[in-house]
Amino acid sequence: MAVAAGKAARVASRLRGGGSALPGLVVERLDPRFLTHALAGLPRGVVVITGTNGKTTTTKMLVAILREHGLTVFSNPTGSNFTRGVISSMVAEISLSGRLEADIAVLELDEAHALKFAAEVKPTHALLLNVARDQLDRFAEIDHTAKLLAELAEQTTIAVVLNLNDSFVSRIAGRVRDGVGITYFGVDPSIAGRLPELQEADVRFEDDFMPPTPSANDGLLKPHDERSFEVRFGPTDRVGPMVLKQRGLAAMINATAATSTARVLLGNEFRETAAVAALERVEPPFGRGEVIDADGQPLELVLVKNPAGFTVALSTYGSTPVTTMVAINDNYADGRDVSWLYDVSFESLRGKGAALTSGVRAYDMALRLQYDDVAVTQIEPDLDVALARFLAEHKDEPKRIFCTYTAMMALRRNLAGRYGLANFGEEAQP
Amino acid sequence: MSSRPNGSSPDSGTSGSKGRIKIVHIYPREMSIYGDLGNTRCLASRLRWHGYEPLVHQHHPGNDFPADAHLVLGGGGQDSGQARVQDDLALNAEVLRTLAEDGTPMLMICGMYQLFGNTFITLDGERLPGIGVLDVTTQGNAKRMIGPVVLETDFGDVVGYENHSGSTELGRAQRPFGTVRSGMGNNGTDRTEGAVTGNVFGSYLHGPVLPANPSLADALIKKAVERALGEPFVPGEIDDGIADQARLRQVRRLVG
Repeated sequence: MAVAAGKAARVASRLRGGGSALPGLVVERLDPRFLTHALAGLPRGVVVITGTNGKTTTTKMLVAILREHGLTVFSNPTGSNFTRGVISSMVAEISLSGRLEADIAVLELDEAHALKFAAEVKPTHALLLNVARDQLDRFAEIDHTAKLLAELAEQTTIAVVLNLNDSFVSRIAGRVRDGVGITYFGVDPSIAGRLPELQEADVRFEDDFMPPTPSANDGLLKPHDERSFEVRFGPTDRVGPMVLKQRGLAAMINATAATSTARVLLGNEFRETAAVAALERVEPPFGRGEVIDADGQPLELVLVKNPAGFTVALSTYGSTPVTTMVAINDNYADGRDVSWLYDVSFESLRGKGAALTSGVRAYDMALRLQYDDVAVTQIEPDLDVALARFLAEHKDEPKRIFCTYTAMMALRRNLAGRYGLANFGEEAQP
Repeated sequence: MSSRPNGSSPDSGTSGSKGRIKIVHIYPREMSIYGDLGNTRCLASRLRWHGYEPLVHQHHPGNDFPADAHLVLGGGGQDSGQARVQDDLALNAEVLRTLAEDGTPMLMICGMYQLFGNTFITLDGERLPGIGVLDVTTQGNAKRMIGPVVLETDFGDVVGYENHSGSTELGRAQRPFGTVRSGMGNNGTDRTEGAVTGNVFGSYLHGPVLPANPSLADALIKKAVERALGEPFVPGEIDDGIADQARLRQVRRLVG
């Protein structure tokens, strides 16, 4: 009954053209045990991926590797990464008996919702990516976020995969149940100097923090140049070299996390060539460096949501400065407090300046840039007006938009109409 | 539109400087996780734009406290951050109290505002002593007060963002920093926000509070200049058009 009602809600919400969480809400009301029923007994278990940055990219990568190995994978690809979003995704793929036809589930969950989910379904595996300042108005404190991840690890039944270099995450190793496997992913010691690009050093106080010594089961990122890298396991095993479609060190470390986790899940079935083939085909997720053809010129949409993420985005794209717009909203999903913009350095934009700032907090963003001596040409809070101007006045140049979540949704909707792009949540599957 | 509100070059340097002002930011690592370092950045830039030479000093636990500070700033942190600075603050309490009594302008946000009060009583009933510069007492609370804020203050409307679980009560003679027009303020009940004693300002407002409220920033600068140089503050020409728009739009959104 619950499944049929959910399917009806899904059709209804599609017709209205929005709201990926609505069918989930309907099913959850009707049958709160729905998740347990549907996910119980998946032969290869339930994998939860969480942490502050890189959830969506890493989930996509792990799913691609598993599918390349022939597994039927259930995932929550719509970016609706709360429990209801998971249910919404399942409703589409479930038989009316309430069983999910899949070998394994790989789920991206927000830190707080991962725990709510674990109260319903114990994950067999958990991949814990990192902890950074993110929407402190929701989680209140970084220490609190780290605690949420540790509690998730305590409830995981078979194995956890932890970030070797993030002390908030690697120290969780002491919290898992007896018999639960521990695997790490991290960076090769030769590039340890680049860690500040990936995490905030200023909130980590363990001056004497010594990362655990990696074993041959732990994947270490070894870049060859800006684009090419391999993942090393012990002295001899290598996955790669490979080149991702998404640029930047953050994407490489996500691929390292996905590869390390895939090896845990697949054991002897893991094939390096399949992993490389899958990773090289993964398209950047929606808004994470997605490139749109705008009148013959590339337009990149880059989602920013916290100081670490914005800093990584600026350093990733800073080497190729292009005409830039920054769009900042302050709805719940964006983070209502815009204070975090003052924990990001915008100096890399100084050379070319910003063509436009937009969004509800367009003036606050322009003010922030003023304090970093970045020239702002125009301020236009209305996103549609700003986008139209940005496209018209820079027609023959490559362009880039840094935007918060709800600003990105609005811009993507507008761009989809202009250039006939796939709708959100309906990305082409590999 | 110029990026620099007064059109000066970034390296106008010390030549022709009207004087040097020393800003001390206390515990930037432990107690500035919500962008409060933006206040220091704002004051340094504005001092430069006004023609003065800012000198920014970061004070970390265990280091000697610079008693020649002209302006002292502090921000908000996590409970673990407060625990990490507690001892150093107690060690330097006398120096800070003397500077405060001497008229040194100070801006203490959120966690440091609480520690500049008399006592912080945690949820478990533990009493953590503050340095008592402001006559306020804070009680840990199960409920967090989170959201955008508009205040009415001596400097006009002030906007910011609060995010605190402590509920603060003012002593009988303690003046608040402002009256809440929108938001929770000190405790969500008496419509007071922050506290002011002499030139010491305590407030829960992040944002950070100074960039969008330049009249408050310049009030702190004026006091610092007068004290440091013993002569009147001579402001430069600064175009605050963008800051004013940012603030006015928040006021309009929140109180109409």
